[in-house]
Amino acid sequence: MQKSLNIDPGKCTGCLQCEMACSLENEGVFNTSKSRIKVFTFHEEGKFVPYTCTQCDEAWCMHACPVDAIVVNAVTGSKDVISDLCVGCKVCTIACPFGTVNYNADSGKVVKCDLCGGDPQCVSACPTNAITYVDANATGLDKMRQWAEKTDNTVGG
Amino acid sequence: MAWTRQILRVNLTEGTCIAEPLNMDWANQYLGQRGLATRYLVDEIDPKCDALGPDNKLIMATGPLTGTMASTGGRYSVITKSPLTGGVACSNSGGFFGAELKSAGWDMIIFEGSSPRPVYLNIENESASLEDASEIWGKSCWETDEVLHAKHQDPQMRVACVGRSAEAGCLFSAIVNDLHRAAGRSGVGTVMASKNLKAVSVRGTLGVGNIKDPARFMESIAAGKKVLAENAVTGEGLPALGTQVLMNVINEVGAMPTRNMQEVQFEGAHKISGEAMLEPRASDGKPNLTRNGGCFACTISCGRISTVDREHFSVKEKPQYWGNSGGLEYEAAWALGSDTGVDDLDALTYVNFICNEDGMDPITFGATVAAAMELFEAGVITTANTGGVELKFGSAEALCWAVEQSAVSEGFGADLNLGSRRLCEKYGRPEMSMTVKGQEFPAYDPRGIQGMGLAYATSNRGACHLRGYTVSSEILGVPEKTDPLATEGKAGLVKAFQDATAAVDSAGLCIFTTFAWSLDDISPQIDSACDGDWSPERLVEVGERIWQLERDFNMKAGLTGADDTLPDRLLKDAAKSGPAKGKVCELGSMLPEYYQLRGWTTDGTLTAETRSKFGLPA
Repeated sequence: MQKSLNIDPGKCTGCLQCEMACSLENEGVFNTSKSRIKVFTFHEEGKFVPYTCTQCDEAWCMHACPVDAIVVNAVTGSKDVISDLCVGCKVCTIACPFGTVNYNADSGKVVKCDLCGGDPQCVSACPTNAITYVDANATGLDKMRQWAEKTDNTVGG
Repeated sequence: MAWTRQILRVNLTEGTCIAEPLNMDWANQYLGQRGLATRYLVDEIDPKCDALGPDNKLIMATGPLTGTMASTGGRYSVITKSPLTGGVACSNSGGFFGAELKSAGWDMIIFEGSSPRPVYLNIENESASLEDASEIWGKSCWETDEVLHAKHQDPQMRVACVGRSAEAGCLFSAIVNDLHRAAGRSGVGTVMASKNLKAVSVRGTLGVGNIKDPARFMESIAAGKKVLAENAVTGEGLPALGTQVLMNVINEVGAMPTRNMQEVQFEGAHKISGEAMLEPRASDGKPNLTRNGGCFACTISCGRISTVDREHFSVKEKPQYWGNSGGLEYEAAWALGSDTGVDDLDALTYVNFICNEDGMDPITFGATVAAAMELFEAGVITTANTGGVELKFGSAEALCWAVEQSAVSEGFGADLNLGSRRLCEKYGRPEMSMTVKGQEFPAYDPRGIQGMGLAYATSNRGACHLRGYTVSSEILGVPEKTDPLATEGKAGLVKAFQDATAAVDSAGLCIFTTFAWSLDDISPQIDSACDGDWSPERLVEVGERIWQLERDFNMKAGLTGADDTLPDRLLKDAAKSGPAKGKVCELGSMLPEYYQLRGWTTDGTLTAETRSKFGLPA
């Protein structure tokens, strides 16, 4: 079963535990500026929104890469950057409509979410279950359940 | 490890920014943040110096766990000599600024001297420079934040700054970071402004590493988070209702200081409580609370994100206040509400916004308005002083007027900005100031919670709930229930809370974790991150050393045992209602034992033996 990240911004408190878990997994330090997942704060609106790669099926970044450095992970379905092949041309960062592929000036390579190889650390770090890792074919299940719960099934209701 | 081992020394007189290594001997004795910065302050300033003169220094300090994934590990403190109390000031703040500073590679910043012109400090990792602040001087904290973000074109930069109240010399000005988090008490913002330092902007992309034993650290912090999640207070009460979960609880036990502490229960408490913040309002069907929000790394998330009703008189003509911002915490709701007798939730939320916007401590501000209201009702202050405003208990209009005056120090605002002690002295009624060492009380009446009376009287920064929160034990039963009306055993209880709190603060963690965490939960998190032995026993020892050091500074600054007292109102006027009806605070039956436990003489001075036991500097 393929799984995907499912984000419910309504549950996010903006604590950045996900960003730290991501940077620790990928960079070995607690460093939110190096995280592949970002939480955006909309102060006036009073909301926090985590955002990261959705692992598009027809991935623009993958098609745009001139050196085939972005490949499909057969197990998780994620689109992974092969660092050894990446030449840092940044075309993928332009191609991605969502901005979730970014250049890392320290390494001269691009970085993006790779689902931590199937055990996404942001998910286990999130204290409110705003980020979950669920069956890719049923990411809407929670929302459906919430609406279903509101259905009035009393007689004559 | 876990420390960056680098501190930034900024000489504002000379305009220099110089890196120097952290004193690791001191780090080993004082851990970090509150304790370690106090050690630097004690070493570097004359305790008798003018708090608002160039000889005072101001330190922004992180702890070893600041910037890590330990839950609540995002805190920093501001340590300086207080213009309000004349003793040591140490104000702790959350938000994201502290972690950003650590991630830029700095354990702390020491500001010394005074700049000849308004400046701000800009930090981008190892690069730090003083920049011209003429563009932001005279602006509020919110405008300053906006201008600096636009100027540096960096949305991820974090800003800590002072507002217009501090520039005008308000004695209880805060340093506000991330728009609505503050190093709030004791006038630390006033000191910052006195140095012509408007703001600190920081961007850190180095991260925090250097964890001694990463695997054990991750295990320890995961265990810690589990404890917080499963605890009723940190896992349910605080996320749902914030610290405002306390409003109805404290009112019921008869420890809710009301109308300048003349009473101990507020008839309007339910209208300004955490529960009331969830009630949909008539105008737009939305509740006051939009959602809860977390500080950096915090898995509790007690923070309130709120709006004011657009139809409310305070903001009806002011669309700039129609959006969300930091909502009411319990202490603010109490000081702005119960203590002034105002039960208008929207008015309190608006006043809280203004306190954040221009950097006033809402506890001291609210309590000072309460004192002014009592002076007004006693006929000491009249409409001639207030420019026609009826400054009466219960008046939401008067409260909103007062905060607008205070924010820019106009008219009667200049009087309010003295704080209640100087205000009441000015008008010849010092007994109406509800303060210890010149700092106003927080939201727990010591007639109904006896241990808090001792905690207030002996707090090193004046009346304060965050130096020894025995409410935990006396009301909530954490770690074990004690009788709030009894004095027996409270000396030991207060000491234990004071020492543990000093250690938790110094780690860079939030004291709210201790509703669920004991030192047994905290010790492994510090011990696995930092070089050295950080067992629970050692943390208690370090905490007590910090307490003794702060006390020693205060005594050298000119405070004495005679300052370890409470206003007569709390010692002589009995509570009028509730479970504590007929009770006064029996401080006299707790203080001598406390001095003894601390190793002080009967007049509250440190003995030579105590000084030597904790290795205090001469």
